Amino acid sequence: MNDLQVQSKRKFPKGLAILSVLVLLGLIPIVIRYIYGLGAMSNLNDGRPWGLWISFDLYCGVALAAGGFTLAGAVYVFRLEKYHSVARPAVLTAFLGYTLVILALLVDLGQPWFIWHIMVTPNIHSPLFEVGVCVLTYTIVLALEFSPAVFEKFNWHLPLRVIRAIQIPLVIAGVCLSTLHQSSLGSMLLMAPTYLHPLWYTPILPIMFLNSAIAVGPAMVMFESTLTGKALGHKQSHEIMEGLGKIIPWILGIYLVLKLGDLLLAGEIGLIFTAYPYNLNWWIEILVGIVAPMVLFNLKSIRKSDTKLFWVAVLVILGLMFNRFNVSMFALAMRPGYTYFPTWMEFAISAGLVADSMLVIWLAYKLLPMMQHEPAQIAAPGSR
Amino acid sequence: MSFGVLYDSTKCIGCRGCQVACKQWNERKGEPTTNTGSIENPPLLTSKTVTRIRFTETDYNDKFQFVFTKLQCMHCEHPACAEACPVSALQKRPDGPVTYDDSRCFGCRYCMTVCPFGIPTFDWDTPIPWIRKCTFCADRVTSGLKPACVTTCPSGALKFGDREELLAEAKARIAAEPERYVDHIYGEKEVGGTSWLLLSPIPFEKVGLPTLPEEPVVVNVERAMSFVPPVLVGVAAIMTGVYWLAKRRETNGNKTAGKKEGAVKK
Repeated sequence: MNDLQVQSKRKFPKGLAILSVLVLLGLIPIVIRYIYGLGAMSNLNDGRPWGLWISFDLYCGVALAAGGFTLAGAVYVFRLEKYHSVARPAVLTAFLGYTLVILALLVDLGQPWFIWHIMVTPNIHSPLFEVGVCVLTYTIVLALEFSPAVFEKFNWHLPLRVIRAIQIPLVIAGVCLSTLHQSSLGSMLLMAPTYLHPLWYTPILPIMFLNSAIAVGPAMVMFESTLTGKALGHKQSHEIMEGLGKIIPWILGIYLVLKLGDLLLAGEIGLIFTAYPYNLNWWIEILVGIVAPMVLFNLKSIRKSDTKLFWVAVLVILGLMFNRFNVSMFALAMRPGYTYFPTWMEFAISAGLVADSMLVIWLAYKLLPMMQHEPAQIAAPGSR
Repeated sequence: MSFGVLYDSTKCIGCRGCQVACKQWNERKGEPTTNTGSIENPPLLTSKTVTRIRFTETDYNDKFQFVFTKLQCMHCEHPACAEACPVSALQKRPDGPVTYDDSRCFGCRYCMTVCPFGIPTFDWDTPIPWIRKCTFCADRVTSGLKPACVTTCPSGALKFGDREELLAEAKARIAAEPERYVDHIYGEKEVGGTSWLLLSPIPFEKVGLPTLPEEPVVVNVERAMSFVPPVLVGVAAIMTGVYWLAKRRETNGNKTAGKKEGAVKK
């Protein structure tokens, strides 16, 4: 009797409390930034004009949101119906990922209120222009791709039918836009041949960026569906976890061949032994993020266990994040005479934004039909 | 014709009149600095100081050398900043200057990240910040005047004129007094050439200028960006094709499944 009473008393979950605190903490630096300028709350300087926000929020954020286009493509274009139940969560996470990128830009840009200038006086030769336009349009595409969840919830038949009709073109547009801007994030760094260390600088950087994003997309889906499963108490399908775990090593394999082949052809393979300390970053990136997952995903004992598959997916994600930090921060030389380490406020903004999206994901699972929704083709009314 | 400025370090007397003239013409504020043990000041280029003289004390050819170097935007022939700028705020004018348009910039700082010389700076201390760098006094040049720093230079270390003529003159100066200069015109070939040219009595890496390749830094980017339209069309076509095939297989699969079902029923 007593136990029942305790159970029935609904408490504010601890996780949500932590997330809410993080969101609030992230708001303080934003206020300071808009009153006193970027220098007052960040350690960004003329020698390191792009810092934590670009490396984490933009470079990692966009890559980790690749689950949206890889899974949507797999389910709606390649017709791999098996993954249908994770497509919608993947699209939502991608949408939130891109919203996070845009919100981070509103803090990072010097004059974010002029962001529309990118449409008025564009420089079509700039890779950043391409990234900007693709991120903007793709965010809209993702919102439309996800919108059926909202329409289903409220039983709005007309918009639902409209979206269903354009669903396939939407997904294809999403794949095209993602291909372009995932690779263009690499093109952006092609502009810095004298700053980026030769272990990472290569003319095929855009292809590597796309390839690694495609590899991390499924890993991210494994990661988040396991976590939401744990947090919200529904069972993650083992078939999906195992299936994704089988695909990833192939994509990572191509990535490894590109990475090594490029260094070999450029005659720079010796750098992986001589270029201390940067070669350590390179080895960690290769061993943790590529070689280890390729081996582990192929072990039977790991394929059987969802928990182990989850942890291998975490390796892929960490490896990719380390790569993005290497190319955009650690191995990207600063101007002489400067140092950079982010302030707590820079961390607070990034953490607050991540907490934001986690809260929205939690709300979506509570309120919207996320896992069990109708298949792609809806039966015409009255046909049954 | 394209303008340039030739800076001859051996003629510079380190008076820093150029720094003052630049601030006056371009309305840049002064900034508080500390004594660093040298009269070189301020220690770094900032959004308030877009040109400055660097003092270098070093050994070269077994001799003590005290060398001045004027730092400012080099005004590249193939500027990375202009290629990078997503809103076309930075542009290379045919007559030389790389100009910056306040009314377009939204402060992404991509130009600062990619400049091979590490020149553009940012207003870190105001809520409404802009990028700042040497403007080549483009407004003065347009009206037929010399840049403010050149006009003020009392020792003839700065010379404004046609870039080709300045290049020829620099070569003539080196040829006439080979012991006075290193045989290198900084800016002649660096990253595809720059409008500003430097002469120095000691190698340029010794005065802290970056050693740069002759190839413009924008080459790989331009090639990568040229693939964008074909990739867009290609991916769209492949995805549509895959969808069509997968869908057809699905319907065919359903049909055969239906037939089998029918057969069982019979």
